[in-house]
Amino acid sequence: MAEFRMPSLGADMEAGTLVEWRVGKGDPVRRGQVIAVVETDKGAIEVEIWEDGVVDEIAVQPGTKVPVGTVLARLRGAGEAPAAAAAPETPAPSAAAPERVRASPAARARARELGVDLASVRGTGPGGAVTLGDVEARGAPAPPTPRAEAPAPARPPAAPPAAAGMRQAIGAAMARSKREIPHYYLGTEVDLSETLAWLARENERRSVAERLLPAAVLLWAVARAAREVPEVNGFFLDGAFRPAGAVHLGVAIALRQGGLVAPAIHGADGKGPGEIMRDLNDLVLRARKGGLRSSELSDPTLTVTSLGDLGVGTVYGVIYPPQVALVGFGRIQERPWAAGGKVEVRPVVHATLSGDHRASDGIRGAQFLAALERFLRAPEGP
Amino acid sequence: MNRDEVREAVLSILGEIAPEVDRSTIRADADLRDELDIDSMDFLRLVVRIDERLGVAIPEADYPSVRTLAGCVAYVAGKVASRAAEGAAEGARTA
Repeated sequence: MAEFRMPSLGADMEAGTLVEWRVGKGDPVRRGQVIAVVETDKGAIEVEIWEDGVVDEIAVQPGTKVPVGTVLARLRGAGEAPAAAAAPETPAPSAAAPERVRASPAARARARELGVDLASVRGTGPGGAVTLGDVEARGAPAPPTPRAEAPAPARPPAAPPAAAGMRQAIGAAMARSKREIPHYYLGTEVDLSETLAWLARENERRSVAERLLPAAVLLWAVARAAREVPEVNGFFLDGAFRPAGAVHLGVAIALRQGGLVAPAIHGADGKGPGEIMRDLNDLVLRARKGGLRSSELSDPTLTVTSLGDLGVGTVYGVIYPPQVALVGFGRIQERPWAAGGKVEVRPVVHATLSGDHRASDGIRGAQFLAALERFLRAPEGP
Repeated sequence: MNRDEVREAVLSILGEIAPEVDRSTIRADADLRDELDIDSMDFLRLVVRIDERLGVAIPEADYPSVRTLAGCVAYVAGKVASRAAEGAAEGARTA
């Protein structure tokens, strides 16, 4: 019997509200199928299942908010008999029994020491297992939040808008990042003359709908460079760096109502600028209108943020845990550029790398930026 | 399609891209990126929608001409009028 749990859609997610089931009891499901919609601080997210089977039990009804890791439904294999006795249809949010929570032995021991309920900890390990780091992060003193139990104030505060919840979630993830990750920062200026000339030639031959933005080429170059320097691509879990097999590029997208999400372009290191542009366009549309999928939010291996549209020259990013690096791009601007004994005006972008010293050092970070520059100066067609 | 119809079509597209913006408050001569808080992806979407809906493909070199509502309407209306005139001339030649 397999369990389908409330997923963790990023280090900043603590709980989610099950808003819709796309399947019912007895329905067959296939790996990769969207079977539920969950409302989070990031909006409504379509959640996929990663096993084949038949829905044996719906454990949480729509409208219920439950912590990450709570069992939402149970599945049986195609030939497996249904469960003899069904559990209550809608357990209370706290019904995620501790013994059902997957956790490492070290995490269990530490949870006992700190008095932390494992069921309330978001697991970042394999299969959502709770790790030692997760427990320690939960056990560390947390800043007071508006939701903390406290004597009633004289004047009840107004209900926070949705954006306030997202701000709180982002703040928690970034506080964890600054608390746990020994950041280092590197930056370099890249002459984009050749890149933009290539882009102009490309866009002349493309239809309007298939035109590329500079962002697509920047993302393409990041993915290729990350493949060459794998120490910037992966996760730091259970006290060790775990490189990722592919580059799933998280793209920070600002939402019009405030806040941001960073869904992934999957397998970006195997895609050309044209395919990355199509994926980016699709992600931006769905991020702003709803319809992102859980897999897109839960598995970026490296995040890129660009604030150039807002006129920012340089971005010094905060790594999104458990990732180990973040790449930032500022505005593409005309600058005096010395080359070959002459000074010319050229389009230049400031690229930065925020790296995790537990996973890499400045030398590998510098090699990543050098590779990034090399790819940007010799872009290839899709 | 006259200039007013082009303006209405452009405003309708802008309303899809920035649904929370009150169309009546868009200043004709202000940069649309600032006025509607849109980014380069949104601007490209505007260009794509104009091509799809009005049949006017705006080359990248002409982007500076369509950065404001007034500029965009004038540019697109001009292209639509030119196309109509060319169509009429072509019709006269083949008649």
